[in-house]
Amino acid sequence: MKDRIHKFRQGDTYILLDINSGAVHVIDRMIYDMMDIFQGDNDEEVTAALRSDYREKDLQEALGELHSLMDAGQLFAPDIDVPPTFRQEGLVKSLCLMVAQDCNLRCRYCFGDAGSYGGERAVMSPEVGRAAVDYLISRCGQRKHCEIDFFGGEPLMNMRTVKAVTEYVRQKEKETGKSFKLTLTTNGVLLDDPTILWLNENRISVVLSVDGRKEVHDRMRPDAGGNGTYDRVIRNFRKLVDSRDGKNYYMRGTYTKENLDFTEDVLAMKDAGFDILSVEPVVLKDNPLGFTEEDLPRIYAEYDRLTEAYLRRHREGRGFFFFHFNMDLSNGPCVAKRLAGCGAGHEYYAVAENGDLYPCHQFVGRKKYKLGNVYDGVQDTELPRYFRESHVLNKETCKDCWARFFCSGGCHANADLFHGDIRKPYEVGCEIQKKRLECAILVQALLALESMEGQPET
Amino acid sequence: MKHIITVNKPTMQKSLKTGGCGECQASCQSACKTSCTVGNQVCEK
Ligand code: SF4
Ligand code: SF4
Repeated sequence: MKDRIHKFRQGDTYILLDINSGAVHVIDRMIYDMMDIFQGDNDEEVTAALRSDYREKDLQEALGELHSLMDAGQLFAPDIDVPPTFRQEGLVKSLCLMVAQDCNLRCRYCFGDAGSYGGERAVMSPEVGRAAVDYLISRCGQRKHCEIDFFGGEPLMNMRTVKAVTEYVRQKEKETGKSFKLTLTTNGVLLDDPTILWLNENRISVVLSVDGRKEVHDRMRPDAGGNGTYDRVIRNFRKLVDSRDGKNYYMRGTYTKENLDFTEDVLAMKDAGFDILSVEPVVLKDNPLGFTEEDLPRIYAEYDRLTEAYLRRHREGRGFFFFHFNMDLSNGPCVAKRLAGCGAGHEYYAVAENGDLYPCHQFVGRKKYKLGNVYDGVQDTELPRYFRESHVLNKETCKDCWARFFCSGGCHANADLFHGDIRKPYEVGCEIQKKRLECAILVQALLALESMEGQPET
Repeated sequence: MKHIITVNKPTMQKSLKTGGCGECQASCQSACKTSCTVGNQVCEK
């Protein structure tokens, strides 16, 4: 039964997660200890083991509570198998268009080799972009929502194609009744007034890359001449966000071994006036900026700091949205979605500058993962199936991992990078993921308690 | 209950039968994208 629960403690808060139902219980120390022994049908064993630490009466009372949770299906809920709603073949939901495999920055951690992805620097033509839209529509079935992400390199280096694709998408929406969400990820350097206006008028959501503090950002994200870019891009981002009433954007950063105190970077973004934020660990192999197991204790401690800062700011009425702490414990995704995870290679593809299809943007340029192209569609029949079947219940390390229905099996591209096999998750990434999920569950549990009590916890 | 406070009304088991409509967003969790880990999403139904 132990494999059906996960318990952890942070500060004075003890949390019990029932893995297969998703129920989150805030418990006291006694229950926390009892759960080392309790199996659902061994009450005597529990009382015998803990009699010297707790009063018999309290133990009996607590056992009664545990049994009522079991009756409610919120403790030791049955194991989950692949549900009948999990389709054999995924519908294509979204495409990532590598509109410019070229970049005007030289970020030190870039996996895309300054945008070129190991190839020549090149940009996508409007024809390829439009063919990608047609491909998506032909493969998304009855699904109403489709997504396209303009990515790169730096997509603003190829506004010609961004504009042509957007125009085409709007026309196709009218013809097909589908609804497209368009997103553009940018480093901000080319974000001038006309571009800002165009992005707003065309309802493009934006993802803005900033690494937090000015000194961190300037060190990590220099331009081709080696100059810092913080002042320039923050000014542009400020204009953009103000011009859209602080909505439809996301500011995101990357932390590396050089800024393990990344709480400061999150707060720096907030203090620069942005409040929809995300900061995440870099993933690099054999690189001094990347992480190893030895860094984990430091990273865990930093997530604890970030959790405290997040809650403190929230209670002071100066809260912000931090992506990884955002978790709807009651209305999260269905099991089919939790199994499918990121969807790379079966629900989501990346389109390279020349129209080649890959499982996702990170696979672009990894030759054996080329799946087809936007004109002929996916030609490879094996790989998409392999990706689709590489869900959490089919991965050795995931199927027993407590985080499986939240993490959904990690990043295939990272697994491939570290182990040459998309079914072998990258371990350091897993440990960080699990810590982050504990923090998110804790944050949501505490906020829920506070709203139940109507007053802040101390 | 005195020792346990359940803070959510989970729907996961129920969704075994009702889920799979596929309207939710794709969810890349890599650092360079929008980092949309599944656990951080909501159901779009
Ligand atoms: S944390 Fe790792 S082992 Fe656990 S579900 Fe995610 S990828 Fe799998
Ligand atoms: S494989 Fe990794 S990088 Fe690619 S879409 Fe999935 S989570 Fe994102």
